[in-house]
Amino acid sequence: MTYLYAAYFATWAIHIGYAIYLVGQYSRLRDEMKALQSRK
Amino acid sequence: MKRLFPIFGLLTGVLLSYALYLALEVAPTEQTMGDVQRIFYYHVPSAWTAFLLFFINFAASVVYLIRRNMKADVVALVAAEIGVVFCTIVLVTGPIWARPVWGIWWTWDLRLTLTLVLWLIYVSYLMLRRFSSSGQTPQIAAVLAILGALDVPLVYFSIWFFRTQHPQPVIGGGGSIDPRMLHVLLINWAAFSCLAVMMFWSRYHLEVIKREVDDTQALEALLETPRGPR
Repeated sequence: MTYLYAAYFATWAIHIGYAIYLVGQYSRLRDEMKALQSRK
Repeated sequence: MKRLFPIFGLLTGVLLSYALYLALEVAPTEQTMGDVQRIFYYHVPSAWTAFLLFFINFAASVVYLIRRNMKADVVALVAAEIGVVFCTIVLVTGPIWARPVWGIWWTWDLRLTLTLVLWLIYVSYLMLRRFSSSGQTPQIAAVLAILGALDVPLVYFSIWFFRTQHPQPVIGGGGSIDPRMLHVLLINWAAFSCLAVMMFWSRYHLEVIKREVDDTQALEALLETPRGPR
């Protein structure tokens, strides 16, 4: 069962890690867009 | 479409939870491997989803090379990135399954080696997209994607035509599967496909916004550049 849970945990860790990466990219872009709008 | 996203997200969450319940509780226990065989319900759907995404990358790259369509370029990039995520899961869950069943984490078997090569090709593709600043990067990347896609059928059919450590395919190709296991497998594939669609939608819009911001910043930098003496 340890191997089974390890595999399922690894799968979700990779998906959640990728989701966190996307959220991080989105917040960085939002900051850049705000900076661009404030300069206009 | 923006309004549908949270509803689709909720449905995907429900489907993933149901698929997890089926995989852990409802699917029958395999006679020789025992409970560890349930890794199959995450390993195989992840592989199928990765293959599908690499095919989308291939098709979009062909369209980009023919029409120089920027949307096709974005689709190719996003499909490759999410394909790598799913392929990584295949390469991680495979050895975790192999250790208790084969007694080893890894072997340089044809199927395993070709899958690793496939992953390396698409990681190279993403690194090319990320670090190359040449104006021809999308064209070079599209050619790499088309060549890389040739590895997908090699991975898939390697267990049909060669004797390998990896088990035979469960659908077609001589393998067989209990109908209850097949049902759980297909539900899990549907759930992971929905998750891939959500990731694709989010990443596609992120890339479109990123390109707009990059273009605006480049234009601004150009306008701010002081002119030299005439």
